[in-house]
Amino acid sequence: MIQLTVNGKTENLDVSPEMPLLWAIRDTLGLTGTKFGCGVAQCGACVVHLDGEAVRSCVTKMSRAKGKNVVTIEGLSENNDHPAQKAWQEIDVPQCGYCHSGQIMSAAVLLRENTNPTDQDIDNAMAGNICRCGTYPRIRKAIHLASEIQKKNKI
Amino acid sequence: MSTKIKFTFIALVLFSGIGLAFAVSFHQTTEKEYVTITPIKKDSVASVAAFKQVYKVLMSPRCVNCHPKGDIPLQGDNSVVHSMQPKRGKDGKGVYAMKCANCHQPSNSPGLHTPPGNPEWHLPPADMKMVFEGKTAHELAKQLVNPKLNGHKDLQQLIAHADDGLVKAGWNMGKGRTAPPLTHAQFKKAWITWLKTGAYAPAK
Repeated sequence: MIQLTVNGKTENLDVSPEMPLLWAIRDTLGLTGTKFGCGVAQCGACVVHLDGEAVRSCVTKMSRAKGKNVVTIEGLSENNDHPAQKAWQEIDVPQCGYCHSGQIMSAAVLLRENTNPTDQDIDNAMAGNICRCGTYPRIRKAIHLASEIQKKNKI
Repeated sequence: MSTKIKFTFIALVLFSGIGLAFAVSFHQTTEKEYVTITPIKKDSVASVAAFKQVYKVLMSPRCVNCHPKGDIPLQGDNSVVHSMQPKRGKDGKGVYAMKCANCHQPSNSPGLHTPPGNPEWHLPPADMKMVFEGKTAHELAKQLVNPKLNGHKDLQQLIAHADDGLVKAGWNMGKGRTAPPLTHAQFKKAWITWLKTGAYAPAK
């Protein structure tokens, strides 16, 4: 039995320590917002937060996640109102949408560590999240907007 | 002194001597003691010859890929710039959502060309990049023994570094990657020989 916290809730999962965290999130817990893309940490579709870091859940084993705090796109905010989520909706960023839960989870780490990111900071943070539809200009625009929303929320 | 007491005294001396001789001959000198108690015997020929072996390993992709000239690691047997271009960051562990450990797990991921793993996966920090890429044997030898360029390591720490977990990870490279040209044991022997014979730099 492996215990971990997922979106604030303690879970005891009867799964193999070798199982990728993504499998547990999607198949065992039914949280399907996080996507499977490549399975080898190359695309970023499966990014979730593990103790606050933007890990790729497809290669993160349950043995690493044991006892830790996992946040998925479903748990990023209570009402889909994280500044990145609001900006994504405002800019209408997604096209097909498949990669965007991973994009938003990566953007959330950037915005937490750098409240006023430059274009270069955004490129450095988001280079591991691939978008097949090529929505990169809108992603960059949305992160700048999210930064503004975040600043206003703190006033 | 009676004959009996004399005999006992001689026997004690003899047994103590034999015991001491055994203790000395059976005491295995540890590597640390050896380095400490044995003064460096300078031998420029042996030292340079040993470094040529060391250099072959340090310039192999398994070592040089994480000691790049720029701020992006290299990857693969052909040492190309790492896909998705992760940046070094101040502490060498990446930046924001692109930290090394986000993909590089505590152990190798299964499969061909998947991310290799180690709990300490990182580049040298931004304030001491310890570049190997493009260095001649002469330049690299000089850099390795300069505490201002080698991570503030003295001789003891340099010797110990051969057994560093991330150094050893070079020989646990995961599927699809070639091992360094020497075994870890051969590398360690050459490394210590180089250091203990004076750490001479090759002429070029």
